[in-house]
Amino acid sequence: MSENDLLVEVKDLKTYFYLYEGIVRAVDGVSLAIHRGKTLGIIGESGCGKSVLAQSLLRIVPSPPGKIVGGQMLLHRGQNGQRDVTDLAQLDPAGEEIRRIRGKEIAMIFQEPMTSFGPLNTIGDQIIETILLHKPGTSKGQARALATEMLGRVGIPRPERHVDAYPHQLSGGMRQRAMIAMALSCQPSLLLADEPTTALDVTIQAQILSLLRQLRQEFGMAIMFITHALGVIAEIADEVVVMYLGRVVEQARIDDLFYDPRHPYTAALLRSIPRVDRRAEGELPAIEGVVPDPYEVPPGCSFSDRCRHFMPGLCDRAVPRLKEVTEQHWVRCYLYGQEVDAGQPEVVHA
Amino acid sequence: MPDERKVLLEVKGLQKYFPIQRGLLKRTTGYVKAVDGVDFFIKEGETLGLVGESGCGKTTTGRCIVRVLEPTAGEILMQDDSGAMLAVNKLDRKALHVFRRNMQMIFQDPYSSLNPRMTVFEIIGEPLVVNGIARGRELEDRVEQVLVSVGLKVEHLRRYPHSFSGGQRQRIGIARALVLNPKLIICDEPVSALDVSVQAQIINLLQKLQSQYHLTYLFVAHDMSVVRHISNRISVMYVGKMVELAQTEELMANPTHPYTEALLSAVPRPDPRWKADRIIMTGEAPDPANPPPGCVFHTRCRYAQEICRREEPSLCEVSPEHYTRCHFANMIMLRGIPSH
Repeated sequence: MSENDLLVEVKDLKTYFYLYEGIVRAVDGVSLAIHRGKTLGIIGESGCGKSVLAQSLLRIVPSPPGKIVGGQMLLHRGQNGQRDVTDLAQLDPAGEEIRRIRGKEIAMIFQEPMTSFGPLNTIGDQIIETILLHKPGTSKGQARALATEMLGRVGIPRPERHVDAYPHQLSGGMRQRAMIAMALSCQPSLLLADEPTTALDVTIQAQILSLLRQLRQEFGMAIMFITHALGVIAEIADEVVVMYLGRVVEQARIDDLFYDPRHPYTAALLRSIPRVDRRAEGELPAIEGVVPDPYEVPPGCSFSDRCRHFMPGLCDRAVPRLKEVTEQHWVRCYLYGQEVDAGQPEVVHA
Repeated sequence: MPDERKVLLEVKGLQKYFPIQRGLLKRTTGYVKAVDGVDFFIKEGETLGLVGESGCGKTTTGRCIVRVLEPTAGEILMQDDSGAMLAVNKLDRKALHVFRRNMQMIFQDPYSSLNPRMTVFEIIGEPLVVNGIARGRELEDRVEQVLVSVGLKVEHLRRYPHSFSGGQRQRIGIARALVLNPKLIICDEPVSALDVSVQAQIINLLQKLQSQYHLTYLFVAHDMSVVRHISNRISVMYVGKMVELAQTEELMANPTHPYTEALLSAVPRPDPRWKADRIIMTGEAPDPANPPPGCVFHTRCRYAQEICRREEPSLCEVSPEHYTRCHFANMIMLRGIPSH
């Protein structure tokens, strides 16, 4: 991928939560790149930091207790060969600049559409408000026409009527579409999708996924798609980042991740899920134990207490580095030949 | 292969209508037909999967069977201790209370289904105490034995639910359901609220307990992958009606109802090389308060003909033990999921 395709570069991002019970390192040194027109999948279970990562990019981490304590989030804008790089981590979360970016350049959709819509205004009014805010000089009539057009584009029937509907008058699937219409109304270059299909029925999920694929192509935007569902990620992502307890444990192109998983966590997760295209044969190879409490993250590799390849004295001493094992395939595991890095800070548990 | 096992539960023509009441006088202006035509049986030691999308009536069906909800019509027959079939829907309060020991439920949300003010010991032991079955030393022994069989430890007994993870809470819920030695367990989405890495543990546990205690499961869920893994047979529901019922492999490979075909095709597969040639169903499921005339699926069916808009199809047996509610069953070629 060429340098010009680079849209967002996250470097060693650390977002911590300072709570009464201790410090939760929700995002703990995450680095990744998002490219124009591509979908980056972020996969992980509860508490892996995938949602906090998205919130960090938009600078909407609840603060206090949350705080970005380190790292960079570089937003690349390029026009006429001129490159302009903004570090989102340095912006004032309440300032003018991030507010111009939110909704316009980076938009977000959620699992629950009512997170995006207020109950008291029609969906049309809320979309129009977004348009007027980000596209100065647009008349109200133009904004309404655009809102109606967007609702039609996302497959809402009779958009000229539904533009005046209140959120509660729409079904779950329709609300999800309306939220996507609002998010795309300003043609963002990046769409953050946080479990956007998790609460939907499979047949509606299939509709929304195909809609997102189609709109991505049409608008040329990048998508960061966050989910815990392996089936959904296989369908939508070009590249995948696997997170576990705040860290990236594996990153690969979609095919490599599913056909050649390297990290024991990824491999075990793929083995353990029941599959609709496989006949049931005996027990599922389940992963032992549970995701540890965020206050009691094991020292060293955070998956070490559940790992079948656990090597005492190695895995529990220091966090392994993310290492490129084959082209474009990174793994954070000692199985792939790396010395315990003396320079790596060892103190991990709070 | 004919199955010689005895039928444990039989449901015939089950209906559950919820009245819609309007105005000051609470006049009934209509009915939500949550369940409107469900027929199946489950054999001893078998798992019947009940799948469908939200609002299809699968949970209501489960609740009617244990009579947490009173069915509007239909029969629920279950084997009693002598082996005869007993009409559960006709039992009076007292008889029902006694008989309910035979059927227990496991719920979806392990965070809201356990009383936060009770210890694990009290939660699991309560059914024994309420039914006057055990107390004192015997109560402790029974609770401990069940606790260990679901993979928890004796030292967990004095703790409260909040100190457990979702997976462990689900184990507590399972222990509570098991403690009365039921024959039938209705599992209502028992793994859908759990982390992916914990789901497999609970599925394995349910299967282990099934063979250990010779349990029969009605497994209600929306996740086709999980249902396929755990079920011997699968029943598909759509807007209150059972539209198809067959052996798991038969249903997966040769669905005969267009809704089943579309549902199978919509399930995401963890395989990036699989090229989804998907049947994208347009629109949404109709409102069960106002179902369309004729076949309930005709509004979204890509094979619908004139007759489908007019006449309601009845359930017919298309091949041995494979039932479908479609006018064109066996006349149209439908796609299933070939198994590897």
